[in-house]
Order: sequence, then structure tokens, then C-alpha cells
Amino acid sequence: MLTADPAAAARYRDLRKATRDGGADETLEVLRAMSTDIRLRIVTMIDRSQLGHIGGDLSVTDILVTLFGAVLDVDPEHPHDPGRDRFILSKGHCAAALYSTLSHCGYFPDAELDTFMAPLSALNGHPNRRKVPGVETNTGPLGHGFPVAVGTALAARLRGENRRTVVVLGDGEMQEGSNWEAAMTAGHYGLTSLTAVVDRNRLQQGARTEDTKTLEPLADKWTAFGWEARRVDGHDHAQLLAAFAPSATGRPVAVIADTVKGKGVSFMEDRVEWHHKVPDQQQVHAAIEELSR
Amino acid sequence: MTNTITAPAPVPAPVYDCRQVFAEELTALAREDSRVVAVCNDSVGSSNLTGFRDEFPDRLINVGIAEQDLVGVGAGLANGGLIPFVSAAGPFLTGRALEQIKADCAYSGHKVVLCGQSPGMAYGELGPTHHSIEDLSWLRAVADLPVLVPTDREQTRAAIRWAYAAEGPCYLRIPRFKVPDVIPPGAPFAPGRAVTLREGTDVTVIAIGTLVSRALDAARELAAEGISVRVLNTPFVDPLDEETVLRAAAETGALVTVEEATLSGGLGAAVASLVSQHRPVPMRLLGVNGFAPTGDAAFLLEHFGLTAEGIRRAVHQVLAAAVV
Ligand SMILES: Cc1ncc(C[n+]2csc(CCOP(=O)(O)OP(=O)(O)O)c2C)c(N)n1
Repeated sequence: MLTADPAAAARYRDLRKATRDGGADETLEVLRAMSTDIRLRIVTMIDRSQLGHIGGDLSVTDILVTLFGAVLDVDPEHPHDPGRDRFILSKGHCAAALYSTLSHCGYFPDAELDTFMAPLSALNGHPNRRKVPGVETNTGPLGHGFPVAVGTALAARLRGENRRTVVVLGDGEMQEGSNWEAAMTAGHYGLTSLTAVVDRNRLQQGARTEDTKTLEPLADKWTAFGWEARRVDGHDHAQLLAAFAPSATGRPVAVIADTVKGKGVSFMEDRVEWHHKVPDQQQVHAAIEELSR
Repeated sequence: MTNTITAPAPVPAPVYDCRQVFAEELTALAREDSRVVAVCNDSVGSSNLTGFRDEFPDRLINVGIAEQDLVGVGAGLANGGLIPFVSAAGPFLTGRALEQIKADCAYSGHKVVLCGQSPGMAYGELGPTHHSIEDLSWLRAVADLPVLVPTDREQTRAAIRWAYAAEGPCYLRIPRFKVPDVIPPGAPFAPGRAVTLREGTDVTVIAIGTLVSRALDAARELAAEGISVRVLNTPFVDPLDEETVLRAAAETGALVTVEEATLSGGLGAAVASLVSQHRPVPMRLLGVNGFAPTGDAAFLLEHFGLTAEGIRRAVHQVLAAAVV
């Protein structure tokens, strides 16, 4: 099991103070800087490992940043504190985005990122809770994280805790039946402390989602299953922050975050091949240059 | 019964990706028989079905990321008079849809060819969720479902042709880890038929899939040490060639099994269960135990001793046990 980096954790505490106590402008500025940092880390990691799912990593970045930067009540130095909020990345192939976020927050030292997918590394291609603090459950096969999130939200209710549970799903992943079974369970139990975020980048592994298996009308589906659906621009931190406001309807909240796969690197944006293509050296330089601007 | 041939020459052979053969053969079958359809789960590319789709756009059904649906739809296509080749990454096809495989394919007798892509630890770095090492154990437990593990290009072709002509469903592992051609042309490919790749009298190594060439390498090295190793290949893990395995136990007095699968329930367990009841001899089972650490496929095979050197060690151990 990796252990916290105290200096990074202290920086994270300051960052959280800024997003909590600062004005709206300051909050957004902090989150934007964090997104830039995470995107650069993702590109560097995948360049080192020569493997990974860069498109979905870049599309989910602003969602992860908003959650860890301003929403979740977590402490990287006490990753197993029973009262912590729970975050589950159901689209586990985007481990690079999660690892980058976790190390930014101080869950483990940045240097570990260099070992992504290398022999005997803790940082497997898909998150492993037994090795990486901040990972609540092992994901990778799609359609697993959501039912686990429902269970953890139910546990909070049974134990009388008012912590929240947030799960991030891929839109392609919504084709798995287990997700709709979980949605029905959460709707039935009225799990208001549960938030499901769909990274709606409209692409899956081999093609566009709507050309593979139609998902729309997606918000209506969630509503029909007993959820409150909120649709936002998944790259706009302000909209995301508003979407993560607690439910006032007594229903769980589904945030459909419209995103762009490969966001921030123009030649990757909205292109299916960047699901798991690895950039060559020239492309890495171009990506870093564009992201640092 | 078995087909004995002389050992291939010990020169480093070129290696091939059997997925190419899968694509070629399936497309050829589709040209010959309009009932042949392919079904996949957002895996057109990773199932190597792009060419198939271009040629037969209507006959490639992509159910999206939905493996239970995938196998159920496959069974329905079979019931509707078609011959579905259902293709997905091994772990998700077998694990995710295990009950559909049991109830909808095997128990219902719907002829579905279940094609597990990139099996074993081919997806090394992606981790244990993506390793298909439990598939043999899971599917061997299902009745009326032959389990086929081809080794090289020729055997992959034979497996696809056999599956196409078979009466009922079967599970077919499509190797991804590149392998040399090691199975001689014309070797038997039928349920309960082993292939003898090398004769020997001191010990028998039974190997399947991507590890057969390593077993042959080990046998060659052991021959130099004066140990005579018989090498068997059993492309059908289920049903097994019981006669040939028991004869090998009787004639060589010691067995080693080699597979890219868990030790609980795969080839080794099948052989051990057979031998222990009819002809007990010392055995060593080589395979995967526990969840793998992070690493690429070559590293993980090394880690679990699934190498010529690991096989050589296991042979020495089993011979030492046989002497006591
Ligand atoms: C059960 C299962 N089936 C198939 C896969 C292979 N796979 C990995 S990522 C992916 C596409 C995911 O698409 P989406 O959920 O939209 O994620 P994103 O586009 O955000 O990367 C697929 C099919 C898998 N990991 N799990």
C-alpha cells in the first residue's frame, strides 16, 4: 500500500481552504490550475508507460478536479477514515486521471506516477484498492463501480452518517445492465447522498456511443428510474460545482456531464482512436505545449 | 490414436499473432455460409473484426458494452437459425456472462461459438480484472461445452473449423501472445484427441496454448541432460484425451502440466483428477496462483515460472518425487 506525501497533503489542505473560503473567482482559478496540472501529468504518465486510455482520462479530468478540489470531504493523510466521503471511478480504465488526481492531493508521492504499469508497480492499469490509498474499490470491468457505490451509500444511511458517495461512469459504460439495476435500487431507496456522474463524451472504445447503442434520451432514463437528472458542461467547473449541490428532492442525483474526449489536446479531441492510442514524441511535445498555454 | 512426429528443429522460429487467423478464417466461413454472423461488445477492433464488418456490415452485430446481452443475443441468433461467433475479451465474455453461457448456450444446446480474445495474461499491465485465467476452470465446470485452447496458427484454424461444424456450443481461446508454429500440419483436432509432439520415457509434459513451444524448448534442454521428455498437447482441455494421458502416466511415471491459467480447475486439475483416480503418479502443476502483480505479459509469465526454465525445474522436481 502506498502512503501519503505529507507536503503534498498540506498543499491540498491549503487548496481546499481556498476553494471553500475564497470567493467564487478564486475557487475557479484554483480548480483550473489543478486541471492543467492533472492533464499534464496524464500525458507524461502515458508517455512513460506507453499504454493507457488518454482520451477518457482527459475528458474526466475536470470532473475529478471539481470533486477532489472542492466537493469531497476526504483527507489524503487518513484515507481510510470511516467518516470520509466515498469516491468511485467506475470507468476504471481511466486510472491515469485518478492516480494523477490522488497524487496531486497527497495520497502518495508524485514520483510513483513514473511507475505507471511498470513491473511490480502499485499503479496498475486499473485502480486497485489494496495498493493505492484513495481507491475505494477495484474497477476495470465496466459496470461494477455503480452497484458498489449504491451499497456504500446504503451503508451510510444504515449507520446514520451524512457522508456522500460519488461515482463516475463512462457513457459507453451505461450500456451495461448492472448499471441500470443499480440505478433502480438507488431510486427505490431514495439515496439522496448518492451522486452518479456520467462522463458524456459521446465516444466509447470503437465508435460513437449513439452509433453503437443509443443512449439518448439519457436524462429521461435517469428520471424514469427515480433520479434527479442535472445536465451540465463537464468542462465548466462552475457548472459542475452547481451540479454537485446536494439534492433537495429526496432523490439521488445524476449529473450528466457533457464532455469532449481528449479535451485540451486539439488533435485528440472527439476522435475515437485516442481512446487508447499512445502519442508519439512529437505529439507528446505538442500536447504539453498546448496544455501549458 | 495419437499422432507422433519428430521434434521441430531447435532454431528460433518466427512468431505469429493468431488473431489474424481468426479474422481470416471467420471471414472465409462467412463467404461460404450466409448463416455465419459475428457478435461483439464494442470490440470490433480488439476482436480483429474490422475487415469482417467492412465485408459483411449487416452480419456484424455490436451490442455495445453489455456482455450478458452479448451471449444471450448470441443464443437467440442460434435459435433463429444462424451460426454466431460471439467475440469479446476473454475475462468479460466468460466471467460476466457465465450464467448466460451455462443456461442459454450449454444447457439450452444453442450452438454459439464463444471466442475469448486475448486470453491468459495477454493484457498483462491492465491487471487481474483483464486476465482471463479463470476461464478454463469456470467453463470446464459447465456441462456440454467443449473447451478449446489452440496453440498456434494451424491449430487456431482447425479450432474455428471444428467449432463451425460442431453440433453444439463451445468455448474457444484466441491467443494474442505471439507464438511460433509448433503443431505439425495434419495433427488431430477433435474432442478427446491429444497431439504427441515429442516421444519420451522419463516424464511427460502436457502443455496447452501459448506455452507449448516453451515445453518443447524445455524438453530439448532436458534431452541434453539425458532426461527423455514426452510432450503432449491437448487442444481440448474438455473433453480431455484420457487414454493418452493415462498411457503417458503409465509409461513415463511422472507428469507436468503447463497452462496460462489458474491452478484451481484448469488443465492441471483436470489431469490430476483423472490420474489420481486411475493411475496415480507424481505430478507438478504449472500455472498461475493468486492475482498477478503489475507487469507486462512476458514479465508475468516469467514471474509465475511459465518459461522453459520453469518447466525444466518442475521436471527435475517431479523426477525427484518419483524416485522417493
Ligand atoms: C465489462 C467490460 N467490457 C469491455 C471492456 C473493454 N473496454 C474498456 S474501455 C471501453 C470503452 C468505454 O467507453 P466509455 O464508458 O464511454 O468510457 P470513455 O469513453 O470515457 O473512456 C471498453 C469497451 C471493459 N473494460 N469491461
